[in-house]
Amino acid sequence: MGFNLVRLIALLTVLPILGIVVYIIVQGAGSLSLQFLTQMPTNGMRSGGIFPAIVGTFYLTIGTAVFAVPLGVAAGIYISEYAKDSLWTRLIRIAIISLAGVPSVVYGLFGLGLFVIFLHFGTSILAASLTLSIMTLPVIISTTEEALRSVPARFRIVGRSLGATQWQTIRKLILPQALPGIITGVILGLERAAGETAPLLFTGAAFFLPRLPSSILSATMALPYHIFVISTQVPGMPVQIQYGTVMVLLIYVLGMNLIATLIRNKSRKNRQW
Amino acid sequence: MSEKALILRNLRVQYMDGMESLHGITLDVEPNAINVFFGPAGGGKSTILRTINRLIDLDDLKQLEGEILFHGKNLLDADVDVTALRRKIGVVFSRPIPLPLSIYQNVTFGLEAAGEKDKKKMDQQVEKALKQATLWDEVYDRLQEPANTLSGGQQQRLCLARVMALEPEIIMLDEPTSALDPIATAKIEQFMQDTKEKYTFILVPNNVSQAARMADTAAFFLQGELIEYGVGKSIFVTPKDKRTQDYIEGRFG
Repeated sequence: MGFNLVRLIALLTVLPILGIVVYIIVQGAGSLSLQFLTQMPTNGMRSGGIFPAIVGTFYLTIGTAVFAVPLGVAAGIYISEYAKDSLWTRLIRIAIISLAGVPSVVYGLFGLGLFVIFLHFGTSILAASLTLSIMTLPVIISTTEEALRSVPARFRIVGRSLGATQWQTIRKLILPQALPGIITGVILGLERAAGETAPLLFTGAAFFLPRLPSSILSATMALPYHIFVISTQVPGMPVQIQYGTVMVLLIYVLGMNLIATLIRNKSRKNRQW
Repeated sequence: MSEKALILRNLRVQYMDGMESLHGITLDVEPNAINVFFGPAGGGKSTILRTINRLIDLDDLKQLEGEILFHGKNLLDADVDVTALRRKIGVVFSRPIPLPLSIYQNVTFGLEAAGEKDKKKMDQQVEKALKQATLWDEVYDRLQEPANTLSGGQQQRLCLARVMALEPEIIMLDEPTSALDPIATAKIEQFMQDTKEKYTFILVPNNVSQAARMADTAAFFLQGELIEYGVGKSIFVTPKDKRTQDYIEGRFG
């Protein structure tokens, strides 16, 4: 009886996500075509494709990764392996947790202030990527730390006992074991960044661009912002295009999720401890 | 009298959490011999081993005093290169801990950390070390397989080979056979007997009979103190201290 109740509740939690995905696919599949994916929008975005928005989101994902991954992984390694428990490291931890709780629109405003205006990057892929990076950092730092901590301490002791330095032990023993967990965390962090709208509002997203961005200092279209625009800002917008765009974003994000899951499952099978 | 392998002088160690500690240990470790450190758990045997190769640096300590002389140099000095030291004084732990690498890479890990890049030389070292640890015949055709595919006894000999590859002077074994069956235990013991002409062993045995079987010198530890020390097996036959006698006869421990 109790078990069945738990099972029912568990099933209920699956319903919303299932409902959203099925509904979007049913509504959006009709507009999905090669042209839709590879062509520029025409007629004030009321027809044609969403190519620049897809490319823009891809650029922003890469840009975010370029800044957030090295920084986040390095910080995770430091906190997990090097930092002693002190007031300083406790402060760092609190900062990371707080960073994770900051609303995304605040990141957007912060990015506007720091990157767009103060550093003169303008509304650009660079400014948007940096803003998204800061937003993604807490996820990457904490999953890196967690992945490293899950590697048994005995490997560290053996590594050191064989005359390896701390860094050699981390690089050759600990990091390879933690890598699948780190990659999973990185992808999940980037996935969140790829789906965000608010941080892009003031830092990099364009309402409409007739051509692809030419450099990292150009503004860009992006899927989440494009959805916002065509849902609220364009009168007479065909509903199929809206659903089709949402579907593309959903596939993009869930695809990343799928890759992360596959990596995690594969590494669990190969794990030697 | 030949030079001592190690000279411990008034060694005092106290952990931050106040757990186990050493209260002034003075002791010589004889070269080319099996030096047995025995006694009940919590006596400080493992702490001595950890101090000798400075793995104790990884712990939070309240106190670390005294001297450990190795070729006339105090190993506790701040300027000691601990990575070089740990290559010269290797350690095998009580549970086999194969690294999550291949059999081959387990043996080359220490060599690579030491900066060895010559593939041919490493191949030779791997073969030599695995032969010394009497494991070669069982693994020569599957060196690239993960080390955890080996049996417990094989894994422990791999741990030994890993240490041997670094050509150490002193090999410390902390209850190396506690997780092994009698046959695997015999192989490890045989290895020590066969190679003690070339190496100095410090053995923490996992029972008194192993202590008596293996000892060229024996030191009995109780609660962080050295109770009795003797060359040869005399300590097991005619112990001087009542506590040593009680422990050997199985009255506590």
